[in-house]
Amino acid sequence: MTTQTFEEISPADFFYRNRDIAGFTNPARAIFSSVRELVENSLDATEYAMVPPNIYLRLSFVGEAGPEAGIYKLRIMDNGSGIPPRHIPSAFGQVLFGSKYKLKQTRGTFGLGGTMSILYGQITTHQPAYVVSSTGISKIYTYKIMIDIQKNRPIVLDRKILLNKERWRGTIVEFSLEGDYFRAMSKILEYLKQTALVNPYANITFVDPKGRLYKFMRATTKMPSPPKETLPHPYGVDVETLQRLMHITRCNNMLEFMKTHFHRVGELTASKFLTFAEIPASKNPKKLKREEIVRLVQMMKRFKDFLPPDASCLSPLGEELLRTGILKELKPEFTAVRQRKPATYAGHPFIVETAIAYGGDIPKKGDFVLYRFANRIPLLYDEASDVSFRVIKGINWRRYKVSSDMPIAILVHICSTKVPYKTVGKEFIADRPEVKREVLNGIREVARELQHFLSRREHVERERRRLSVFSKYLPKIAQFSTELAGREEPPNIERLLESVKKFEKG
Amino acid sequence: MRKDDEVSQTGRKKKILEKLEGFGEDLYQQMLQGRFPSIKMPSRSIENIYYNPELRQYILGDRTVRRTAHNVRHVRPFTQLVWAAFFAHELSTNRKTSTLRDVYYSAQAYGMSFKDQSESDNVITDLETVASFAREDFNIFPEERSAIFGDLTIEYTVPGYEGRQLNLTSHPDGVMIGPALTYSEFVKTTADKVIAIEKGGLFTRFIEENVHTKYNALLVLTAGQAPRATRHFIHRLNKELNLPVYIFTDGDPWGMHIAMVIISGSANAAHLRELTTPDAKWSGVWASDIVDYKLPSDPLTDIDIKRLHELQRDPRYKNDLWQREIKTFMKIRKKAEQEAFSRYGLTYIVDEYLPTKLEES
Repeated sequence: MTTQTFEEISPADFFYRNRDIAGFTNPARAIFSSVRELVENSLDATEYAMVPPNIYLRLSFVGEAGPEAGIYKLRIMDNGSGIPPRHIPSAFGQVLFGSKYKLKQTRGTFGLGGTMSILYGQITTHQPAYVVSSTGISKIYTYKIMIDIQKNRPIVLDRKILLNKERWRGTIVEFSLEGDYFRAMSKILEYLKQTALVNPYANITFVDPKGRLYKFMRATTKMPSPPKETLPHPYGVDVETLQRLMHITRCNNMLEFMKTHFHRVGELTASKFLTFAEIPASKNPKKLKREEIVRLVQMMKRFKDFLPPDASCLSPLGEELLRTGILKELKPEFTAVRQRKPATYAGHPFIVETAIAYGGDIPKKGDFVLYRFANRIPLLYDEASDVSFRVIKGINWRRYKVSSDMPIAILVHICSTKVPYKTVGKEFIADRPEVKREVLNGIREVARELQHFLSRREHVERERRRLSVFSKYLPKIAQFSTELAGREEPPNIERLLESVKKFEKG
Repeated sequence: MRKDDEVSQTGRKKKILEKLEGFGEDLYQQMLQGRFPSIKMPSRSIENIYYNPELRQYILGDRTVRRTAHNVRHVRPFTQLVWAAFFAHELSTNRKTSTLRDVYYSAQAYGMSFKDQSESDNVITDLETVASFAREDFNIFPEERSAIFGDLTIEYTVPGYEGRQLNLTSHPDGVMIGPALTYSEFVKTTADKVIAIEKGGLFTRFIEENVHTKYNALLVLTAGQAPRATRHFIHRLNKELNLPVYIFTDGDPWGMHIAMVIISGSANAAHLRELTTPDAKWSGVWASDIVDYKLPSDPLTDIDIKRLHELQRDPRYKNDLWQREIKTFMKIRKKAEQEAFSRYGLTYIVDEYLPTKLEES
């Protein structure tokens, strides 16, 4: 006989034991992930406040921590919405606490982001984190906190309230962590550059451990319209979600229940669906039996007449901002951008935005440069597993007069209430057929524009060469013939040169 | 000696200058009328090269090509051609000579450029085709030099030597067939034949053995494949002085062809006349000589055999002598050099072989 011990572990404990899946595999990856999570928190906070972000990020070297790693202090400051004082300890001291569990497009998804970084910092350095925040009221709150890992609770070590005469609004987070900056450096810089590209309205300042200053300045103050919160679409609902909804609903019949809690379900659709599902419209949702709930979910997936989800809950960047970002960070000779119409997969709305850029700062590296974004986050790892990478490999580029040795960058941005990541690491997008089709069509559209640009340019270049041949040689023919013929005046060839131009224009 | 305008070197020069000037005037007029200048010239493509049995040489057919400055692909070669005509005119009026290599470099002084030597050589060949004169007529000479020895008195026409005369026995090494000799007028000769010899060693032996007096001959060294200036010179000796021409080469397919090019010309020069001597005779070394004289020999290589097959089909080799010798070569599968006669002593070739062969051919 064996004795089994059952032990409940807290979410903080779970992530402590499984930190690999959250992107804290090694010191280099950990410092990269920390920077990334905090920058994204700040971007979300500023967008929530509808102000163009000013983000200041500093990494400083504290001391050695072994042959592979050092201790760094990470400080980030933003001008975002700030955190209401009573939420500050939980927001940074409790895993899976957050404002991101509603259905709208956000950067993070797990609510792990900032807290996970602080948790990792605490594990590796045993130092508390400092959080300073104000929502723009007359007070600024400063907290010194640690995380009780087993209980998943914040421990407040110190708390101060300062006067906010200047009505500063924003959040500052500072904590220590073990990391390997020099191995992570290129990824961090690439991440910041791509973040600047996809957030062209943000100012991002970064001071690295050597004291080097990197500035990514905004090129516009225009921001995309913020996403609206939305109800779940019937196609995307599972038994668990349905049970929760039934638990909280105030509706006392199924018709009202369907109309109130689901996206794009009105009177007509609701009654048609309930007839289809063979559930009485008058039935009290709280009295549904288990089997009925399961059937309801199955029927929701089978019913063909639900309206597709609309995209108001999504916040794509838009063609104008995407172009601004590309021009700012890549300075290309040519760029084409395209926003596809909203589409859905499994009840989740999504929008694909694509862009192609040629020349300028884009390197010739024997293959296209691929920039991948999901909900405005750059994806930097596992490129070869990404749906966009496969789509690009599958395209016959010769059709577009394009070869891999040209300086070409391709950008794919997928935004969705649920980005179809393939793994928990959230680094690449799965091969969903619906998503794949949108990516393919989006890339084709911008590729065609590039083709037009290239052939137009080739044409102009050919014409220029043609004219230069005539204007180089015709005068010589005139000169030598004149001398051969023993004439004084060379014939006027201006008309001939003019006619070559006209000929080509016509 | 005849000295009418048809053949005199001064008259010839005048005609060439007129031709070049006419070419310039034609283009000038076209441009004056607001047209893109263009020219029509015989095509030099393989399809337009025919063997003419009456002239006994290759000639160009009726096909022509039009080069026009209106076509972007033609402009550059067209300009090069006009420049080449201009440059040839400059050379002729200033009485200077040049070589193909020199032409290639001279172009740069006029803001013209050639990709490589072959591009500039090609343009000179175009000029020959357009003007129907050989490049030597435009004072452009090959680098290779061959020589002549014998009792012929010439009169120079080149600057600084006008009116001066020279007897071609004056120098025991022979006199180089260069520009000065090419443009000279023939004054007098006691010779009654021309013997052309492929190799320098035998040429010297013939001079030492007084072949020129013993056989009343002018000796010409072709130094391998005869340069065009030399072929033209032999042509003149034959035409102007009515001297029969005998050619001695090595006994192999390559030697045969050296003789043939002097007799009937090459496909490359199908656009030109006055380079051939159709009545010249190939006097040896024949394949049958290798057998008859029991000459020391080497086996024919695969390349030699392949060449023989090519020659067998060549229209220039149609007559019986050539066909017979080609067959004999293929039968005995041997070749011999002119020097092979030395096995019978130094003078055998002159005293025994030569008279027999001169009689035979």
